[in-house]
Amino acid sequence: MHMADALLAPAVAGAMYVASGAAAGVSIKKLKEDDNTQKLPTMAVTAAVVFAGQMINYTIPGTGSSGHMCGGMLLTALLGPFAGFLSMIVVLAIQCLFFADGGLMALGANIWNMAFYGCFVGYYLIWKPIIHSKWFGEGKSALRSRIIVASILGCVITLQLGAFSVVLETSLSGITELPFGAFLALMQPIHLAIGLVEGLITAAVLCFVFESRPEMLMDVDEVGVPLEAKRSLNSTVAILAIVALVVGGGLSLFASGNPDGLEWALFGNADGGYSTNMGLDEENFGVESSVAEKAESVQEKTSFLPDYAFPDSESAVGTSVSGIVGAAMVAALAVLISIAGKFFRKKNNA
Amino acid sequence: MEKALAELGHMDEMAVMDSPVHHLNAGAKLLATVIYIIVVMSFDKYSLSGLVPMLLWPVFMYQMSGIHVSTCFYKLRIVLPLVMAVGLFNPIFDREIMFTIGGVGVSGGVISMITLMLKGVLCLMASFLLVATTPFDSICAALQRVHMPKMLVTLLLLTYRYVGVMTEELAVMTDAYHLRAPGQKGIQFSAWGSFLGQVLLRSMDRAQELYSSMLLRGYHQHFHYAPIKKFGSEDAIYLALSIAFFAAVKMINFGELLGSMFMR
Repeated sequence: MHMADALLAPAVAGAMYVASGAAAGVSIKKLKEDDNTQKLPTMAVTAAVVFAGQMINYTIPGTGSSGHMCGGMLLTALLGPFAGFLSMIVVLAIQCLFFADGGLMALGANIWNMAFYGCFVGYYLIWKPIIHSKWFGEGKSALRSRIIVASILGCVITLQLGAFSVVLETSLSGITELPFGAFLALMQPIHLAIGLVEGLITAAVLCFVFESRPEMLMDVDEVGVPLEAKRSLNSTVAILAIVALVVGGGLSLFASGNPDGLEWALFGNADGGYSTNMGLDEENFGVESSVAEKAESVQEKTSFLPDYAFPDSESAVGTSVSGIVGAAMVAALAVLISIAGKFFRKKNNA
Repeated sequence: MEKALAELGHMDEMAVMDSPVHHLNAGAKLLATVIYIIVVMSFDKYSLSGLVPMLLWPVFMYQMSGIHVSTCFYKLRIVLPLVMAVGLFNPIFDREIMFTIGGVGVSGGVISMITLMLKGVLCLMASFLLVATTPFDSICAALQRVHMPKMLVTLLLLTYRYVGVMTEELAVMTDAYHLRAPGQKGIQFSAWGSFLGQVLLRSMDRAQELYSSMLLRGYHQHFHYAPIKKFGSEDAIYLALSIAFFAAVKMINFGELLGSMFMR
């Protein structure tokens, strides 16, 4: 989900930097208020573990494919939303700088799409309420079930929000010709599957931490960990399977048959067969509906954003044959500079 | 994972090489890179001929720094997939013919797709150049100078230090796991939680020891950095020339201009 610079217009990238910067400012202020500087090394080491942990391949039983874990939800459950958010920023910054995973100017957007939703929405709307709830009754096993549900739901929902933001930001930047709805229909189901797998892996890791050191998990010590006989692996697997089935089955039906109101409006109804062709056939599947027109007009209005930087510039917007020829000549010049550089270096070394 | 480690090590090695670009002030390089990327992003989706001359700046800088351009192309495997996924649809939806070459019509969608991909390549080239010619400490010191919060800069430095350590540790664990589970791809379901969980628990303890040792060495919520290179006249010249070049390319469509001189 890491966005490259090329997918954003400067105005959108700037706006996302401001939004993420504000959230980072609040987080830093909050940590300073709590005098949590001793948390700094813990944040750094945990962030490094998450960074490295995201490279591990987990085999998904019965499929032969593999998945990765979800960084935001894991960090927020271990460190809390503010410290987790800052750690996520650092992970994303290092990924961007050293591994070209996400662009330098797109970092603001990437922080928002992955860290903000993962940490703040993941904590305040999902983790905290579920852990404090009375779901599954009392006792240790009930608490473990709540951790599993919170992890899976958290990953699925925050990833869906992130994917939605990627579509929104790209469309607002006027980069793609893909209609907003069709783009959304491509991105959301893919990230539903990814979210489910990431949720399961995150749940497994958090359950292990819960078994060994429950005090390390946010809110868990507030709820109180009752002593109780350990639940067998089988019953944990059973809970995982049920949650996965319910969440996966329920949400995927919802996503593929009738993803959301906008999709419904765009493609008429589920019988329109949009899931077989992703709504790429404009004429047959009602892209000309009023909502589509609205989405298009938003795109039209915003697609001139790339030109904001130098409104009075003389540069022609379009490209002509002579432009292509000239561009090819410039490219040839670039190759020439490379060859000349090589030549001089050889000469210097000789 | 070993690959990632090698990549990280290679970047560090490149960053301490000796060249005119390496000697420039980190802040100046950071500023020039950010401006370059913003200018590249600001080009219209059809202005391919205007965008191509932007290629000259990174190509020239790579030559000056002695870093091979091809080193950065390896990273394109990460950047291009999403860009391509978005760009590939443009030719399908935007079929308006803009011009014809030898009887074959070229649609706006094709031009906007190529422009988008070129943007991706250019931005990658610029940010890779920055990291490949500047040690990470210097980038962090420059960030602090532009008033990025101290806490975030310290966190960046500490995490960067530990990314190497933790990746190495996990790589060793993964190797050990695979040696005991021959012919198996990835980590099996039964070990999902314990594999990373173990490292996580150990690392949290390690972090506590780290903090204690930091305190013992007199840590008072900020680090002392070795003085970084001051902003000198060569940095000013570099910055001025770079910005002048970006502005010129943005305002004058050199591709169009050059082409029209040869084609009437």
